[in-house]
Amino acid sequence: MERIEVLKTYKIFIGGQFPRTESGRFYPLKLKNNMTVNVSLSSRKDFRNAVIAARAAFSGWSARAAFNRGQILYRIAEMLEGRKEQFLEELKQLGYTPAAAKKEVEQSIDRLVYYAGWCDKYQQLFSSVNPVATSHFNFSVPEPMGVVAILADESSALLGLVSVIAPAIAGGNTCILLASESKPTCSITFAEVIATSDVPGGVVNIVTGSRKELHSHFSSHMDVNAIINCNSEKDFNKTIGENASLNVKRVFIWNRNWSDEKEQGPYYITDLQEIKTTWHPIENIGISGIKY
Amino acid sequence: MAYDFRYSPVVDQVGIEERVARFNTRSIKKGSKVQVLKLALNMIDLTTLEGKDTEGKVTQMCYKAMHPHLALPDLPSTAAVCVYPTMVKIAKEALKGSKVKVASVSTAFPSGNSTMQIKLLDTKLALDNGADEIDMVISRGEFLKGNYNFVFDEIATIKDLTHKYNARLKVIFETGEISTLDNVRRASDIAIYAGADFIKTSTGKIGVAATMPVTLVMLDAIKDYYFKTGIQVGMKPAGGISTAKGALQYLVMLHETLGNAWLDNKWFRFGASSLANDLILQLEKEAKGVYYSKDYISVD
Repeated sequence: MERIEVLKTYKIFIGGQFPRTESGRFYPLKLKNNMTVNVSLSSRKDFRNAVIAARAAFSGWSARAAFNRGQILYRIAEMLEGRKEQFLEELKQLGYTPAAAKKEVEQSIDRLVYYAGWCDKYQQLFSSVNPVATSHFNFSVPEPMGVVAILADESSALLGLVSVIAPAIAGGNTCILLASESKPTCSITFAEVIATSDVPGGVVNIVTGSRKELHSHFSSHMDVNAIINCNSEKDFNKTIGENASLNVKRVFIWNRNWSDEKEQGPYYITDLQEIKTTWHPIENIGISGIKY
Repeated sequence: MAYDFRYSPVVDQVGIEERVARFNTRSIKKGSKVQVLKLALNMIDLTTLEGKDTEGKVTQMCYKAMHPHLALPDLPSTAAVCVYPTMVKIAKEALKGSKVKVASVSTAFPSGNSTMQIKLLDTKLALDNGADEIDMVISRGEFLKGNYNFVFDEIATIKDLTHKYNARLKVIFETGEISTLDNVRRASDIAIYAGADFIKTSTGKIGVAATMPVTLVMLDAIKDYYFKTGIQVGMKPAGGISTAKGALQYLVMLHETLGNAWLDNKWFRFGASSLANDLILQLEKEAKGVYYSKDYISVD
């Protein structure tokens, strides 16, 4: 008897779990092999639940040793490498040529390794000791913003989301990402990679659905500290900017070509950091007269 | 009234769980949601029962009880604050002029492992300091041994004392320790017949705190007693209720089991601390139309 293949249900990723959307809605997506996949059409409540999970995970994740965060990002790269074949196949079903699919996966892995390396280095480069005219030891250090909401690049199935998630979590933030509407399947498979990489639940949350429906909720939620849109829709970006003013979210429009090697760097990390300056009272110490 | 507690009704656990599951499907939206959220806030016994409690912490909590969130006009205060006997004076002073009551735990809370003499002194200390309500614990060890008369007598003895001070008595079973729903029903009957003004699930000091099935069993005991005698007894689930959604489900259950007469903080309380902030979060959401952040609410 011929065996019937067991197919995967593409759900969403919230707080380390894979629930279905609470709305029960889905949208059909036709793949190249003529199969149709039912993708979760997430609602604002799914997003709200994701924010709760991300907020809960933030204190633990940002308190991890920087080196440990680096190890975990590297672990994501390891897991992705191990499941390369699955991603190649999925990308092909989304319309990538074999060569383009291979490039997409390999660049994604490399990008994770790249940001893994930055985890315990950016603080040194972007911190400073500041000269002040009083007897204070005055220093500035970058600290993670908190919860980052991301509208991923519509044109990219994997690299587009890895390129934004990696710098966000490398810097100790937690995030909620809305995957590409037309290429959502890889995002959920990537969530499976995250779930098996020692990333604490809630640090990365991935929902699928409509940017048109969700961008206003992503930008108006008062418990989100920064929002990134990787697309160039003018009217969406206007709404995002206006809504973000409610709690003065940081807004970034990163409409980039992520396959360009230049589109990685420590500034993607520091964009999602706030600088904290400390004034620490001191006595005059040391024979040089330097006050710290 | 003669009543043999060995013959308290037994509880159909599956039936209770199915009934609870049905309460959790009710949907309350918009205007009525705001009303219920405010009611829930008004039913909270804002609680701090920690070894590290200080005068400052209690004073601050009392302020929060009176003014849960200044940014929203016309929010009710909480029903009461709940503290240790030694903190009653401080709470009383801080709440002067407000409607917020002071509840004090007593009788060697949370274990209840002490002599009757100490328990009475403990209660008297709280009452002399001005407590309006006493939250006593029962001796779970004696209860589990089947020594129901002992438990009845200790509740009745404390009741005599609180009655003299015109204070209301809440009786805590620590349902996580007496385990079964049958035991919960029996403990409820004992406490109600011994004169409890309120029955309360938990101390909040062990892993298993208030659950909906346990609360439903207790509400049923209250209902049976009311039908028999016409006397109302209050209910206080405590511990583990930290979300507005959860609180709403409790109120649905209360409404559908005991009816409108109990929808008042005279007859129903939530023993909670973080619940208040989640209620405020949801009330802000209803007021502003966008999801709110705890960054803008005072920490409890």
